Amino acid sequence: MDISAFVLFWAAIFTSNILLTNFLGMCSYLSVSREVESSFGLGIAVMFVLTVTAALNWLVYNYVLVPFNIVYLQFIVFIIVIAAFVQFLELVIERYVPALYYTLGIFLPLITVNCAIFGVSLFMVIRDYSFLQSIAFGAGSGLGWLLAILMLAAIRRKLKEKLVPTGLQGVGISLIITGIMALAFVGFSGIVQIQ
Amino acid sequence: MKLKEIFVTSAFRENSVWRQILGICSALAVTNLMMNSLIMGLGVIFSLALSGFTISLLRNWTPRSVRMMVQTLVIASYVIMVDIFLKAYLPDISKQLGPYVGLIITNCILMGRAEAFASQNKPFESMIDGIGAGLGYTLVLLVIGFIRELFGFGSIFGIKVLGAWWTNWSIMVMAPSAFFILALLIWFINVKYYKAKV
Repeated sequence: MDISAFVLFWAAIFTSNILLTNFLGMCSYLSVSREVESSFGLGIAVMFVLTVTAALNWLVYNYVLVPFNIVYLQFIVFIIVIAAFVQFLELVIERYVPALYYTLGIFLPLITVNCAIFGVSLFMVIRDYSFLQSIAFGAGSGLGWLLAILMLAAIRRKLKEKLVPTGLQGVGISLIITGIMALAFVGFSGIVQIQ
Repeated sequence: MKLKEIFVTSAFRENSVWRQILGICSALAVTNLMMNSLIMGLGVIFSLALSGFTISLLRNWTPRSVRMMVQTLVIASYVIMVDIFLKAYLPDISKQLGPYVGLIITNCILMGRAEAFASQNKPFESMIDGIGAGLGYTLVLLVIGFIRELFGFGSIFGIKVLGAWWTNWSIMVMAPSAFFILALLIWFINVKYYKAKV
């Protein structure tokens, strides 16, 4: 891959948004988006964890898994790295920034099972990114995810007073809104291609 | 509980996708072609059934504090098997599915079944439950895949069924259509089987 990290960062936000075009991180996206505040909290946490774990997993992959020829263990190793980092982050925040812990802390366990985090690490391996590209891709994907969940939460707040068919309430209408958002993001797709 | 009862409950009555809204990521991502949907579904059935069996075998020796980690590791080992198998025998499909095979590990269905069923029931029953949940998931994938491939490429399982007069709907190949079709599917099922008002 010879795309500059800067281009990759923007591409990860708009043209190949982790949620709207790669469908990753749907579970927490659908369940947390009821409130704008908690969406923002989770989004920030995802963005931070994504950026750091993309970097960590790149280092682990290229300096541990490849030299020792145990690439087939990448799934297990990536999951452990992510879980360990989230646990560590939780301890640090709780110890040093208790105020942040009460707003962000509850979301941290959710992040371990957020498939966006794991997915970015896998994309990074499949597309053969360099270290800098991985960080840019991680940060961009996180920002893109934050953007998507904030938009959905804002729309859902307006939706509370509207009449929605009962069979479509909750998840159904959220999926339709997400589809329309994805349609809007297709408009960006001509700008840059990173597949 | 009878085995048949367990199977029907996990496959249809409490279907993971339309009832519990789990495992949406891959249900949307791999469904542009029916073949991909089928292979993905088989992979999920395999990992669900065997991980359910193993987790249930280990349930009396797993301390509660580390059970999530144990479950994840068990699931991950089966997913690695699926991944290696696909890379060896179906390299093309493996390439198309890309990271989504590995993402079976973080698919909420697997953790959900492990936590809700396998950690409290006998091994064989957990395996049946896993097969049921996997089949329910595969069914949804195939339905979405059928609609997307038929309208997007005019074919089913790669065989052209609509003639040359058919103009492909390019939106069906792109991401938004997956969201719309899943939403409509959930709506349809809610109205039809769970008596929600239109």
